Amino acid sequence: MTKPKKDYIRPLDIKSGRVDMGHGAGGRAASQLIEELFLAAFDNEFLRQGNDGAVFVPPPLPPGARLVMATDGHVVSPLFFPGGDVGCLSVHGTVNDVAMSGARPLYLSASFILEEGFALADLKRIVDSMAAAARDAGVPVITGDTKVVERGKGDGVFISTTGLGVVAPGVDIAGANARAGDVLLLSGTIGEHGVAVLSQRESLEFETTIESDTAALHTLVAAMLQAAPGGVRVLRDPTRGGLATTLNEIARQSGVGMVLDEAAIPVLPQVDAACELLGLDPLYIANEGKLIAVCAPKSADAVLAAMRAHPLGSAAARIGVVTDDPNHFVQMNTRFGGRRMVDWLSGEQLPRIC
Amino acid sequence: MKYIDEFRNGDIARKIAHRLIQEVQPGRSYSFMEFCGGHTHAISRYGIAGMLPAEVRMVHGPGCPVCVLPIGRIDLAIKLALEQGAIVCTYGDTMRVPASNGLSLIKAKAQGGDIRMVYSAADALTTARDNPTREVIFFAIGFETTTPPTALVIRDAHRAQLGNFSVLCCHVLTPSAITHILESPEVRQLGTVPIDGFIGPAHVSIVIGSEPYEHFAQEYRKPVVIAGFEPLDVMQAVLMLVRQVNEGRAEVENEFTRAVSRLGNLNAQSLVSEIFELRTTFEWRGLGEVPYSALKIRQAYAQFDAERRFDLRYKPVADNKACECGAILRGVKKPTDCKIFGTVCTPENPVGSCMVSSEGACAAHYSYGRFKDIAVVAN
Repeated sequence: MTKPKKDYIRPLDIKSGRVDMGHGAGGRAASQLIEELFLAAFDNEFLRQGNDGAVFVPPPLPPGARLVMATDGHVVSPLFFPGGDVGCLSVHGTVNDVAMSGARPLYLSASFILEEGFALADLKRIVDSMAAAARDAGVPVITGDTKVVERGKGDGVFISTTGLGVVAPGVDIAGANARAGDVLLLSGTIGEHGVAVLSQRESLEFETTIESDTAALHTLVAAMLQAAPGGVRVLRDPTRGGLATTLNEIARQSGVGMVLDEAAIPVLPQVDAACELLGLDPLYIANEGKLIAVCAPKSADAVLAAMRAHPLGSAAARIGVVTDDPNHFVQMNTRFGGRRMVDWLSGEQLPRIC
Repeated sequence: MKYIDEFRNGDIARKIAHRLIQEVQPGRSYSFMEFCGGHTHAISRYGIAGMLPAEVRMVHGPGCPVCVLPIGRIDLAIKLALEQGAIVCTYGDTMRVPASNGLSLIKAKAQGGDIRMVYSAADALTTARDNPTREVIFFAIGFETTTPPTALVIRDAHRAQLGNFSVLCCHVLTPSAITHILESPEVRQLGTVPIDGFIGPAHVSIVIGSEPYEHFAQEYRKPVVIAGFEPLDVMQAVLMLVRQVNEGRAEVENEFTRAVSRLGNLNAQSLVSEIFELRTTFEWRGLGEVPYSALKIRQAYAQFDAERRFDLRYKPVADNKACECGAILRGVKKPTDCKIFGTVCTPENPVGSCMVSSEGACAAHYSYGRFKDIAVVAN
């Protein structure tokens, strides 16, 4: 047997190894996991500093510019689903939360809670997907943390990410800004993420071509803001609770009502069919790559055109108007010809969707 | 979706609505009870009530399986989970129905009960196979629609000699509930609940056929139109009922011919009668004790009957005093007649069962229709 080379340290067995309690103990095993798996994937100048926190120079902040910070935990089950996985989802989710303030996202942090026994090969797939999503978005993960919990105390991987971004002077986007007469725009078809995740659930597996719409929306937001400066008043991504719940949140925050036109709300036929079969309403299904914009009436056409010109907004539509309503009801003219309310999601339609 | 979208076509709906306006006789009022929660839900979800002429009033019936489940029955299921340590499987809507001591199945689950939501009776049987060391109980609810699948799993469990599976049977029967409503003093003597006809069940009728309703048309002189659950089905059924009333007819008509025959699904019926027999009486929430209105498992399959297996004793529990679910289920009151509707009782914190299921009259009105109760400035 040849003698191992001097200073040789056996690398992490990513192919068949599993997370064990040692990987979270802060010792050599933990350090090896971080270096060979996390740092290798996320590699950037801030992580290379090797410090407990990332030290960076803030971007120049002209008068009126503001910083935005948003955080999001990701506990989706199953971890891999058609169109994505918990890794890219954890980047998109937080990038989008930052972008919904009209901000340009700058940096992310990531915290991993791993369950003892989780396959390192699966962890690598997730981390690689996360790193690719961060690179594509141009928003690096600059600091992070890893903890391990005993088998049975977690569910594979939970990932929390925090994002930092900067809002340009003059951009004022908030949930309380909608006014009667404003126009409601939606960036595309609804319900894909929820149905894609659901199709993989143990008790429910069904074959479908539906893929999650998970995507980072900050470049779409930038294009919209540029098309009509001051014209976009509210931005929100309809994740858990779906379009219906998100619109109700805005209506309550802004103290207004809304009237939607059901025929104008885009839904893929496959999603419609899956919802019909499962007794679900697409209006309440989570999305991870869609946004709602409330726009000043005179800016709506320009914003809609900018959305449609962007690959993530090609199916964008005008779906309704903001009304004066002391009860803050969201109502809808049904395709059938009647009028009904679109209420908040009640209870839990689909647990652990993101 | 092609075959469904055809039954949601707004242009045809407007034509039927126009025809209804032409055919209703001015000054005459038409009260129709839609028996099924599926119809209640369709009426609310598609905004059908607003498309009918003012002369036509829809009265919500008791055909919502979760709504008619009495508290004492849910208490039994909770007891099995918490005291016997059994796995209790049930359909999703059942999870949130309020039971005694501030509990519900979902709250009992949070207390440590192993209560699982299933999409079918077959899933409950699979759970039993996957957990051979545990007692697995299927908490079976519903009308004639969900009864055959329950019968099927009992037969399969019997054939496989599965030793850890049983069913807490709460299956109820549609015709007995309709008789009960027609015999109620409000309808028969006092006339406080005018019912000029029924929209007959969709899925239930696929199983039992249209024949069982002929008795109501003949004996009580009430028109019945069996209709599908799509909005155009409902509109068309209302038009057919208006025509029967105008012409003084009381017949069973079938709008849902694409699925319902006169005799129904004979295979399903024979399977059900092989496994189940009539209970002499059963308590319904809202209707009270209704004779011969529910099913129990036959002696031959006693080992799969959770009531016998665990020696369960049913204890009736009174509804919350402020709750009007009983009167609402009989069509005597509307959801908005209830003092706690939308305030104390909401879909998030339901006090009564009608606020739980999306098929319940209160939940349907709260979620889809309550904007009509308040003068709203909206275009």
